[in-house]
Amino acid sequence: MSILIKGGRIIDPANGIDDTLDLLIQDGRITQVGKNLDGKGAEVIDAAGLLVTPGLIDMHVHLRDPGQEYKEDIVSGTRAAVAGGFTSVACMPNTNPINDNKAVTRYIIEKAKAEGTANVFPIGSITKGLKGETLSEMGDLKDAGCIALSDDGKPVSDGEIMRRALEYAKPFGLPLISHAEDLSLVGEGVMNYGFVATELGLKGIPWVAEDAATARDVLLAEFTGARLHVAHVSTKGSVEIVRAAKKRGVKVTCEATPHHFTLTEDAVRGYDTNAKMNPPLRGAEDVAALRQGLADGTVDAIATDHAPHHIDEKNVEFNVALNGIVGLETALPLSLALVRDGVLALGDMVAKLTTAPARILGIPRGTLSVGAVADVTLIDPELKWTVEAAKLQSKSKNTPFNGWNVQGAAVRTIVGGKVVYQR
Amino acid sequence: MSFRHKHILGTEQLSKEDIELILDTAESLREINSREIKKVPTLRGKTIVNLFYEASTRTRTSFEIAGKRLSADTINMTASTSSVTKGETLEDTAKNIQAMKPDIIVMRHSASGAPHYLAERIHCSVINAGDGAHEHPSQALLDLLTIRQHKGRLEGLTVAIVGDITHSRVARSDLYAMTKMGMKVRLCGPGTMMPPGIERLGAEVFTDMDDAVRDADVVMMLRIQLERQGKTLLPTLREYARLYGLNPARLALAKPDAIVMHPGPLNRGVEISSYVADGKQSVILDQVENGVAIRMALLYLVAGGEASES
Repeated sequence: MSILIKGGRIIDPANGIDDTLDLLIQDGRITQVGKNLDGKGAEVIDAAGLLVTPGLIDMHVHLRDPGQEYKEDIVSGTRAAVAGGFTSVACMPNTNPINDNKAVTRYIIEKAKAEGTANVFPIGSITKGLKGETLSEMGDLKDAGCIALSDDGKPVSDGEIMRRALEYAKPFGLPLISHAEDLSLVGEGVMNYGFVATELGLKGIPWVAEDAATARDVLLAEFTGARLHVAHVSTKGSVEIVRAAKKRGVKVTCEATPHHFTLTEDAVRGYDTNAKMNPPLRGAEDVAALRQGLADGTVDAIATDHAPHHIDEKNVEFNVALNGIVGLETALPLSLALVRDGVLALGDMVAKLTTAPARILGIPRGTLSVGAVADVTLIDPELKWTVEAAKLQSKSKNTPFNGWNVQGAAVRTIVGGKVVYQR
Repeated sequence: MSFRHKHILGTEQLSKEDIELILDTAESLREINSREIKKVPTLRGKTIVNLFYEASTRTRTSFEIAGKRLSADTINMTASTSSVTKGETLEDTAKNIQAMKPDIIVMRHSASGAPHYLAERIHCSVINAGDGAHEHPSQALLDLLTIRQHKGRLEGLTVAIVGDITHSRVARSDLYAMTKMGMKVRLCGPGTMMPPGIERLGAEVFTDMDDAVRDADVVMMLRIQLERQGKTLLPTLREYARLYGLNPARLALAKPDAIVMHPGPLNRGVEISSYVADGKQSVILDQVENGVAIRMALLYLVAGGEASES
């Protein structure tokens, strides 16, 4: 079975390609990239006017499987992924049971292989039960297929445990993904600390709760020489901390979510629980700093923190609503908006959704090199559409972008040489 | 002019004209409260549900009396007796009450925004009787009525509000309402109790209480709630009383004819000394009396308001 993608604008940051070319897929692999390819017998896809990119990679999703399948599962989550143009997702371990052992890792991998439409790369927990007390069996987790470690959703509050986790993980080559949050400074906060919280009478989460934790983890990475990736950076200060650390040669990378670089705390007005997430939506200065960080390379990757929640968990008073929003199906147009806004060149935007997460996670994806697995996304960058929460592939509909008129969408998503999504 | 609001969710939504209409209406209804037969048939046949998710004696009683004096049928539902303790959602509670066809729901809730949530999901009018640290509009309106009675005007007066501003819905509602009426609002409290950006809402922020009180026309003390704020925001109540308590010496810094207000209940000896609370400048009980008139006015105006507007 072969597919010939003809006449698209191929953007392959790993190989420095941005050109109108054809791409041939045979037996699940990319076999040729060039002009006027003749793939006889191949199914031909006319990609004129489309972008042809490596399959997008979301390095931060919650698939809720096992344990909270009423919110999402591996089937619905990967369906949402490919609808958003993502061919690979890395899923966080805060499932039930928690992915802190090889049995859960294997379950995820096997179910994804049998029933999923996208590649699923599990992230194991740093500590047993996400309790922040004792290290998970990282060797087991790696052998079972975990590609990174994180207690995402919770910080590793104890400095000693985080230090030892970095030291222990280092020889395995697994990056630690930090959910940087000083819980004592978060207190009972439910949105960003600032003027909007004052007006709404809601308790605030100050930026220093994130920055202090980011600084500690970056310093621990510097101290141990281990690799650290900072998840969902949302503040100006955290961007600056990572930027300075990179200059010193610390092995640190970080990601930003589309909602944090698109929305401000103003979205909370009206007590919209779909604007409630952790870290919270911040101020305009923070959004500007994130965009600057994306532009200058401080922010390596774009990741969604796709966090499905049932309507019953959102249709409640603001202070008791759960944190998080779904992101897989809105990330691409929001990222393309960065290109239109002049924040990122198109190739750099694609890199932050492909080569960068592949490099950080050490997975053999994110490129259109000959011989690579044929994960390919075809994007119509001009397509205008309206986000309709009810029509999302995800089981959950918790998006603050409902009703938004956006531009750009995946029109075909190819995983391992098979078209798994077509718009 | 007519009143166009279906709901009373906060003073933020009210215009100067709205506020004047409410105060004038309350002024004319106030007389009913001193009649021998304290009842008029104005709201006969209307059903008012007082839905209280948070303990409140005076506000609930005040709304209940206000409804009854206007001949409405008032029903009290409190958190301890409603099914909220069994985990029913606010939406389900709202739908159930809705099904019983009330005309007005008066709601008190510990979550900021809860009355807004209710108003979006229900057909009848919603009056916010206090939501979290957000707004408490009827309190602010009764404060204005009391000030107007004692001072004969509102415009140009200086009010000092002292206490935990961060967690005070009274402070926010007063601030919105008073600035709209052309009053100068000074806010004062410990550094741990001053919310960010509050000056952008038109307040002048003070850290020294003497400065805040100096030459003020009105001094309003807020209740310090030990159970909520005592943990990390204050060293001791002794020091709080010394720095932010209203005693006769400090009151002497205000204008000689300044009035003293407090939304209650009082922590005597903490934010206010008994000499001041019971002194001749205190109008605290006038506030309570005016509370009934203001709530009568709100019920009356909302019951007659257009249903299409929120």
